[in-house]
Amino acid sequence: MPMTLVEKIIAAKVGHEVCPGQLVMVPVDQVFAHDLSGPLAISQLKALGFSGFKHPEKVRFFLDHASPSSTVASANEQKTIRDFALQSGVELIDVGEGISHQVVMERYAKPGEIIIGGDSHTCTGGAVAALATGVGSTDVAIAMYLCRTWLKVPETMRFVIKGQLPRGVYSKDVMLHIVGKIGAGGATYRSMEFVGSAIDSWGLPDRAVLPNMAVEAGGKCGLCPSDAKTKEYLTAQGRPQDYSPLAGDNNAPCQFEMTVDAATLEPQIALPHTVDRVVGVTDKLARGIKVHQIYLGTCTNGRIEDFRIISNILKGHKIAKGTRLVATPASRRVYLEGLKEGVWTSIIEAGGLVNSPGCGACPGIQTGILGSGENCLSTMNRNFKGRMGNPEAFIYLASPATCAASALTGVITDPREVL
Amino acid sequence: MTNNTGRAWIFASDISTDLIFPGRYVHLLSNMPELVKHTLEDARSDYAGAVQPGDFVVAGDNFGMGSSREQAPVIIKLSGARAVLAKSFARIFFRNAINVGLPAIEVNTDGINEGDQLSIDFGSGRLTDHTNGIERRFEPLPPIMTEILADGGLVEHIKKHGDFHL
Repeated sequence: MPMTLVEKIIAAKVGHEVCPGQLVMVPVDQVFAHDLSGPLAISQLKALGFSGFKHPEKVRFFLDHASPSSTVASANEQKTIRDFALQSGVELIDVGEGISHQVVMERYAKPGEIIIGGDSHTCTGGAVAALATGVGSTDVAIAMYLCRTWLKVPETMRFVIKGQLPRGVYSKDVMLHIVGKIGAGGATYRSMEFVGSAIDSWGLPDRAVLPNMAVEAGGKCGLCPSDAKTKEYLTAQGRPQDYSPLAGDNNAPCQFEMTVDAATLEPQIALPHTVDRVVGVTDKLARGIKVHQIYLGTCTNGRIEDFRIISNILKGHKIAKGTRLVATPASRRVYLEGLKEGVWTSIIEAGGLVNSPGCGACPGIQTGILGSGENCLSTMNRNFKGRMGNPEAFIYLASPATCAASALTGVITDPREVL
Repeated sequence: MTNNTGRAWIFASDISTDLIFPGRYVHLLSNMPELVKHTLEDARSDYAGAVQPGDFVVAGDNFGMGSSREQAPVIIKLSGARAVLAKSFARIFFRNAINVGLPAIEVNTDGINEGDQLSIDFGSGRLTDHTNGIERRFEPLPPIMTEILADGGLVEHIKKHGDFHL
């Protein structure tokens, strides 16, 4: 029977065919928590009478949200996690290594795996065709303890992305367009499967934006096929042996299908305070809006490919007076590649600042909290009220190119004007 | 009125976990007595100080969207709310709520007004608004979630059964 990608992954794990709505117990290949979800996961493990992991090789802790620690409280939470990781013999990925999702994609995730993470953007792992999904601390603790979890086989929404991206339009614009169309709850409990000629032609860094933001539409997971581009990416990350081909069947029944012709899109902007308030950059609600802070990075668009685009736009120019620019690479690898290529030089010479790898300003706890009444334009994935630490501020979302173009003018600007 | 009734606190659709547990209080991550004072603060600043044990959080669609922070349902539970009633939930919040023993009930909340006196029967799946006489049925939770909730949360469930009891 033809199966969607998520059905194929689950069926292979449980050893029989599955259908949407079915509750199944699945083995977990990898499970992780970070400095915000980790402390409660650890206390839940202790409440269970934890005495050691059955499979310590499947368990990881990341310190990425406050990287490095921003308060005494965060320093102590991180200390708790470091001590626990050491005692229990599991891997700790300490501050400065990068955002869990980026590091999982670079080093660990394999096609067909089931990955459970204590963070909503765990779905990023779908870029390598892993069923990666975010849960809370208690679910993470139990998954670490049992190396199993339960899940409901999700319905599938198939997104067929075709056409070549026009100049100034990127995968971020495609995903903002999709979330705008289906709404912030449009994929709730469902798997978003991304296929089509555009997906086939994109490398993993471009693809990753789509599964990363699946949760912004409520999705349980977002999945791309594992194909020649996946092989290329895993090889470049030094782990070609982790590649295997995997894709959903094109003729598998799904609960929803939408075709997006990327060639017809213009750059997109999500307006405050929900990700589905999406307009084209030329719309009067977006164009010309004053921008006080530009924030570049995150698990959505903090990769070297993103910073190359930004660097090319900023190179030899100055950021507008009254606008500040904060850049945060998503991982140490990105940071190092950027150093070699000189992208940080372009950003710093233009008047921007570059922080250490991690979540940076996105969770609103450090390095770029907004002032009351200020507007931020960011490459991040969500713009909820209070997200960047101040409920009196306003967050707009866009592609790296739109953010860089807007940095030069100080207002939301169509990147096609500078490219 | 029975002592099973509680007051309705009305919230909009798309209440994010950032509104429930603002990131600026992340230094209180493990300090529940303090964190609970800020429950839902950025959605309604009057809630945390006035909610009474047994009251209900009543919302539209997609309640709890966004981050996986489990402290969001934890503080709603600790604030005294008997349950969250919403037309739909974001899935991570929904799962977290059951795991920490906070009933999250998908039910049509149209017509329920601020301050209405509500009561709920989880077993039969019935919600009653005593103020305006509305009665609503709701689908019971999947069996595994009913068990987790009945056991007092996921940790207690695993302690009792040694595994998921699917």
